[in-house]
Amino acid sequence: MSGVLELRGVSKTYHDGADEVHALREVDLAVEPGRMVAVMGPSGSGKSTLLTIAGALETPTDGEVLVAGQPLSAMSRDDRARLRRRAIGYVFQDFNLLPGLTAAENVALPLELDGMTAGKARAAGMRALEDLGLADRAGRFPDQLSGGERQRVAIARAVVGDRRLVLADEPTGALDSANGEAVMRMILAACKRGVAAVIVTHDAQLASWADRVLFIRDGRVVDRTAPRPGPDSLLSEEAAR
Amino acid sequence: MSIRHALLALLSEGPKYGLQLREEFEARTGEVWPLNVGQVYTTLQRLERDGLVESDDDADPGPQKGFRITADGAEELAGWLRTPPDLASPPRDELVIKILVAVRLPGVDVHEVIQSHRRYLVELMQQWTRLKEEEADLDIGLALVVDAELFRLDSVVRWLDTADGRLKRAALEPPAPARTATPLIRRRAGVRR
Repeated sequence: MSGVLELRGVSKTYHDGADEVHALREVDLAVEPGRMVAVMGPSGSGKSTLLTIAGALETPTDGEVLVAGQPLSAMSRDDRARLRRRAIGYVFQDFNLLPGLTAAENVALPLELDGMTAGKARAAGMRALEDLGLADRAGRFPDQLSGGERQRVAIARAVVGDRRLVLADEPTGALDSANGEAVMRMILAACKRGVAAVIVTHDAQLASWADRVLFIRDGRVVDRTAPRPGPDSLLSEEAAR
Repeated sequence: MSIRHALLALLSEGPKYGLQLREEFEARTGEVWPLNVGQVYTTLQRLERDGLVESDDDADPGPQKGFRITADGAEELAGWLRTPPDLASPPRDELVIKILVAVRLPGVDVHEVIQSHRRYLVELMQQWTRLKEEEADLDIGLALVVDAELFRLDSVVRWLDTADGRLKRAALEPPAPARTATPLIRRRAGVRR
């Protein structure tokens, strides 16, 4: 199966005066449709840089990023911007909702920016909110929503329309564990509909929702989990004790 | 896990047979703690000896023999529920010992040792989370057990992360004169042997 997202030998080097900072070093990653991959590492390990490069917000110093099989380096700036609006959804720790827009307007915004008529965009936005059980919050402004609801609206915005890739940076960071779990279940539901997701986090409970976990240290992928066995193995293992 | 008190808890709901007690115990603990019938009957005999349960005198020993809790049994159960388990003295944690050994051992990369344990723990957490994810209406007992396991494993991962960071910082600093803090801790907290 071809990947929604593929990173091939991606490196990123920043220059700080005479010093070189290697934020990423030769990272390979492929995420298939319907899969969730978590990237775990401490702060400063390069995991957020990985996400911004995967999301076409930054360009790598070396290597290639492919989204839906298309190399980003071969695209014009406009094409990359279009790809970001249409195919990629972003979720950040601090929600990034626009305070002057209602929940429904926030969700519809990326579609409107992409040239969809306001009516159609609102209808698609409402569908995304309904799918996530937020229809009754559609007319509220961000400051009228709880933290958990704000993040769920942010996820609706990330999966609205024909998004194929969701990129999330510590998406449950400011939430309690019940709301954090609700957020992860929503991302998982999007994956079950065929969306590919990459979550970067330092939180093992969050990472444990993913099909695969990559461990990143000093810009390098140092380890990854084995393919995930089902829960039956766990119970039989427990029962054998 | 105190089977003794778990059986008292089940009997506090009303009289029950031995086999029924085993089935209910397993169901309430999300079937992650299997119990054999022998354990159930041995424990019931001891509870009876101690006056905490009573049985039907006239029934033959076996699956048809019923048990009920006594007033002393109910008091014992209430006391046990509120008695904190012994968490005060640090247990001799095998993982902590492995990392302490790895720090001192020449030719061993302690960060690599930490990572191999971290990976294993996260893989285990993935399995527990999958259990949660696949069973939308998870039995409340099992849901509580899964949460407890996830938080327990998570705390170990956090300790490994902290140890990793602490060792990295220590490697950048000049070595401090060696001091032995262990006897002091042992005296204060009474480390179990």
